[in-house]
Amino acid sequence: MTPELFFLLSSVLFSIGLVGLVARRNLFVLYMSIELMLSSVNLLLATFSKVFGDASGSVIALLMIAVIAAEAALFLALIIHMYRSSRTIDSDTFDRLKGQIND
Amino acid sequence: MISLIVVLPFLSALLMGVVYLSNTQKKRNTFYTLVGVGTPAVSAVLSLMAGAELLQGAQTIHYTLFQWVNIGEFNIEVAFMADRLSVVMVAFITVIGTLIHIYAAGYMKEDAAYGKFFAYFNLFMGSMLLLVLADNPIMMFVGWELVGLSSYLLIGFYHHDSANITAANKAFILNRVGDFGFIMAISLLFVSLEGNGFTFDSIEANIGLINHEMLALIGTLLFVGAMGKSAQIPLYVWLPDAMAGPTPVSALIHAATMVTAGVYMVARYSFLYGEIPNIGLFIASVGAASALFAALIASYQSDIKKILAYSTMSQLGYMFIAVGLGAYSSGIFHVFTHAFFKALLFMGAGAVIIALHHEQNIFKMGGLKKELKLVYITMFVATLAISGIPPFAGFFSKDAILVAAFASEHYFIWGVGSLTAMLTAFYMFRLLFLVFHAAPKSTNRLHSVPNSMTYPLVILACGSATAGFLGLNEAYGGGSWFNTFLALPDVSHHIPHATEYMLGGLNVILGVLGMGLAYKMFAKEATEVKADTLFKKILMNKFYIDELYDFLIIKPLLFTSHFIAKVIDPKIFDGFINLNVWGYTATATLFSKLQNGKVRYYALYILAGVSAMSCYMLFKLGVL
Repeated sequence: MTPELFFLLSSVLFSIGLVGLVARRNLFVLYMSIELMLSSVNLLLATFSKVFGDASGSVIALLMIAVIAAEAALFLALIIHMYRSSRTIDSDTFDRLKGQIND
Repeated sequence: MISLIVVLPFLSALLMGVVYLSNTQKKRNTFYTLVGVGTPAVSAVLSLMAGAELLQGAQTIHYTLFQWVNIGEFNIEVAFMADRLSVVMVAFITVIGTLIHIYAAGYMKEDAAYGKFFAYFNLFMGSMLLLVLADNPIMMFVGWELVGLSSYLLIGFYHHDSANITAANKAFILNRVGDFGFIMAISLLFVSLEGNGFTFDSIEANIGLINHEMLALIGTLLFVGAMGKSAQIPLYVWLPDAMAGPTPVSALIHAATMVTAGVYMVARYSFLYGEIPNIGLFIASVGAASALFAALIASYQSDIKKILAYSTMSQLGYMFIAVGLGAYSSGIFHVFTHAFFKALLFMGAGAVIIALHHEQNIFKMGGLKKELKLVYITMFVATLAISGIPPFAGFFSKDAILVAAFASEHYFIWGVGSLTAMLTAFYMFRLLFLVFHAAPKSTNRLHSVPNSMTYPLVILACGSATAGFLGLNEAYGGGSWFNTFLALPDVSHHIPHATEYMLGGLNVILGVLGMGLAYKMFAKEATEVKADTLFKKILMNKFYIDELYDFLIIKPLLFTSHFIAKVIDPKIFDGFINLNVWGYTATATLFSKLQNGKVRYYALYILAGVSAMSCYMLFKLGVL
């Protein structure tokens, strides 16, 4: 097992996450895509930790898993709140960033 | 003291202006009359005192009010100078001005804007006195512009009629053309003097520094200013239209004082014009042409005030003949006598107009010599004076000019002048006969003419009858007292007394001839002249000069303005800007589409950006 394979896997995972983020509208899918991208980064950290024989990369990866777990709780709560306020989980309905300009 | 002569009218104009504006509805005629008539009277007394001082042999009186501009060598003072020339001008301006103010108090008494009128009128007095008493060309120019302004305000005084406003604008704009020449001339004069002081005294002392060509240019440009102000060909067309103003305005501004400012200015620069006799000859020629031209037009006009306006222009032509040929004293003498009889004629005409309920067509008047006896007698005196019948004032001054023209061997100018003298007698007696002798045309009761309008006429009639004796020259047994007092650098020619008598006699004969012709044509039956022949038609339409100017200047100007306003500005300049604006709008619309508020699109942009950066790093920088 060469590290290149891990790099490739990490890149593929990140790309899948990014494409999912761009292409899908379901808030849960968006959330999963973000998780996927985070995981790919984690994988990258662990791989580098192994390649350079430095444990701090693995430590950060472990810490991140904890942070991601906390983030999951927050994220799911957010989605529920958004669903309650607008009865939909279609991300395209949340476009208030656009501002009030009439076109 | 002499500063008070100028400052007082300005102060009273300011005072009356403020009082008038504080409540435009309230009638305060007593106050306005007191201040408005009192101030010129005080100025008149002060001027006569200044004149008396000079008569007793005092030198030129200088008085500096304050320093206005002081930048290095450029030093302009608000200063006044009363020398012999200006003191004569100031004396008759204030005295005749006071009489006209008294007259105006009667003429305007039913006008709602009585206070405004007197505020403007006093402003004019102050400006005119500033012009005359100025110690340097800059102050003279300030006065010159201010008289133009007050003339504009007063021509357009009856501002409810838009024709009057047009007339005021015409006067103002044509004067701008002349003023352009004036300001160019004083600028050139200042530059040529190279900082050797800029008062009339120092200019006279340093006139030798300027070369001949430059002097000729300055002289010509100054005369362009005079052409505008004194209504000479080709800038005269405003004067007949200026009669739209109230009659006292015509009498004071457009007959006695302001229009003679050009003559005064040439006389003031006599030291300059003495160096350039060729330009002088040009001035005299323009004067002669204007004199004849205006007299011809006047002979076929039917509006009483327009006849007098053309007559003024014609008499101004005489004055320019005189000053152009170097007979400065004679020119100023004619200014002096003309002020009396022309002011009188205008005021008489005003009285007639008031009596006839604002009728101005002389063919609709007639038979007034019984009802308006005083006006008739005084106007008769003035008409005799302007026609050059001895011993009235006009004879001596006009004779002096024609003798000067004859003596300087410019026989053509002399001939034109003599012909004009006959025409003058003709058109003036035509006016007089039609108004006072011919059979009455209407039986309406006359409007009463107040005493304040007739008494000044009597005083002026005395002046018109006797003012000529002040300048009685040797041939007529006098000592040319007026000319000696003025002490201007006249070009003197000596011709035998016999010739002078002959010329004088010829003038009288011509005058009587014109008078007889007018009597024959108009005293008995007065039918309005019809434009039946081509010659009459041209004359009655004032040589189509207004139409010519309209065609040559106004139409092309309007066309160009219209073209620029409708084509160049909206299509080219606005078009360019609008194109830019359209470009920005289109781009902005395009970019605003990207900003749709949906997060996933933003993520896409980030993806695209990161991809582009990555590609750049990979393929351009060769990171791998």
